[in-house]
Amino acid sequence: MAFPAPALELVHLACRRGGRALFRGVNLALPAGRMAWLRGGNGRGKSSLLRLAAGLARPDAGRVLWQGAPLHANASFHAQRAYVAHAHALNDDLRAAEALRFLARVSGRDAGDASVSNALARMDLLALRDAPVRRLSQGQRRRLALARLALEPRAGLWLLDEPFDALDARAADALRALLHEHLRADGCALIASHQPIAAAAFGAIELDLDAHAALA
Amino acid sequence: MRSLFLALFLRDLKLAARRRSDALLPLAFFALACALFPLGVGPLPQTLHDIAPGVIWACALLAALVPLPSLYALDHADGSLDQMLLAGDRAALGIAAAKAAAHWTTHGLPLALLAPGAGLMLGMTGVEAGVLCASLLIGTPCLSLLGAAGAALTVGLRNAGVLVVVLVLPLCVPVLVFGAGAAVAVQEGQSPLAHLALLGAMLLFTATATPPLSAAALRASLA
Repeated sequence: MAFPAPALELVHLACRRGGRALFRGVNLALPAGRMAWLRGGNGRGKSSLLRLAAGLARPDAGRVLWQGAPLHANASFHAQRAYVAHAHALNDDLRAAEALRFLARVSGRDAGDASVSNALARMDLLALRDAPVRRLSQGQRRRLALARLALEPRAGLWLLDEPFDALDARAADALRALLHEHLRADGCALIASHQPIAAAAFGAIELDLDAHAALA
Repeated sequence: MRSLFLALFLRDLKLAARRRSDALLPLAFFALACALFPLGVGPLPQTLHDIAPGVIWACALLAALVPLPSLYALDHADGSLDQMLLAGDRAALGIAAAKAAAHWTTHGLPLALLAPGAGLMLGMTGVEAGVLCASLLIGTPCLSLLGAAGAALTVGLRNAGVLVVVLVLPLCVPVLVFGAGAAVAVQEGQSPLAHLALLGAMLLFTATATPPLSAAALRASLA
């Protein structure tokens, strides 16, 4: 039986933040079509690990590989990953649709009106299309930031930092539906969450940072 | 990189049009600062005429620095800067160029267009005010480029506001000297072309040297 080659690979990853070691020896092999659930208490470095995997920060030790090659050597990686962080990257003075289109253009996609509307509809935001971001509630902002995932879904890597925070039950269901589609299209996802996220239903690989805590 | 440049440049112009008070404040600061001099120095026409180029250039320089602390602050705070830097290896260069271009379009250009009015108010002749305007049209892009580099160096720092001004002000001195010098040359009956040519050379230099510097600073701000 042949094992599929891992799409995302973390090898002996270690991270320090502000002089304090967060974790070390983190290994993960995530094949296409699978999802990993990143667990750990507050301050264990879940967000830092996502930033490492996104290529926004360099690890103190270890490597991050995408399709077998280091991130910088991977010209196609930029277009293939979507990183939804705690900060939503939505400007208060833009309208919802404009903010979404800007995020799409930043990641190199020119989203047309139809695909923007479609993405907004997926997260139940179509009625707020022309509302300025400043008028949106926390949950609505979260949904808008996540609506980016519904723009032209393509197989790639989703890095989501606490995506279920502030979402109501309906929005959480919409996100799970998006995730299912993404995994079925051979995408991968690395999701940090301190809440149980029905990991079993997704066949998620669990990665518990509490077990990798570096001794202070 | 080009698409990121355009996307960010157009977005910043759109935001400036929506937050008009932010765009108008530096202009108001400029007009008020220029108006202080007749009050402080005295209303003698000859004195005002003689100091006008230096006064207007110094006020324009300070006014161009006013919006710098907020150039990257919002995008850094709301996570947009991270998202933009994720767009590729050369993304930082596109961001730096777009920010400098947007700063010039929303602040530098209006200052250059407002300056002849201030010059006439201080008793400059039409020709002198015209040369002053030309010197600002070439000089303000230098200020935007240097300022954007300073702003990039201070992204995420707590005292960024004052720090960026202290950092950028000395670098702008040559631009100030030759910019004001162009109008002074006309006042003294000489050709301003040498000054304007030197300003042009400075523009070429800052346009090639500062965006890579800004880009490196932006990438370093992540680590």
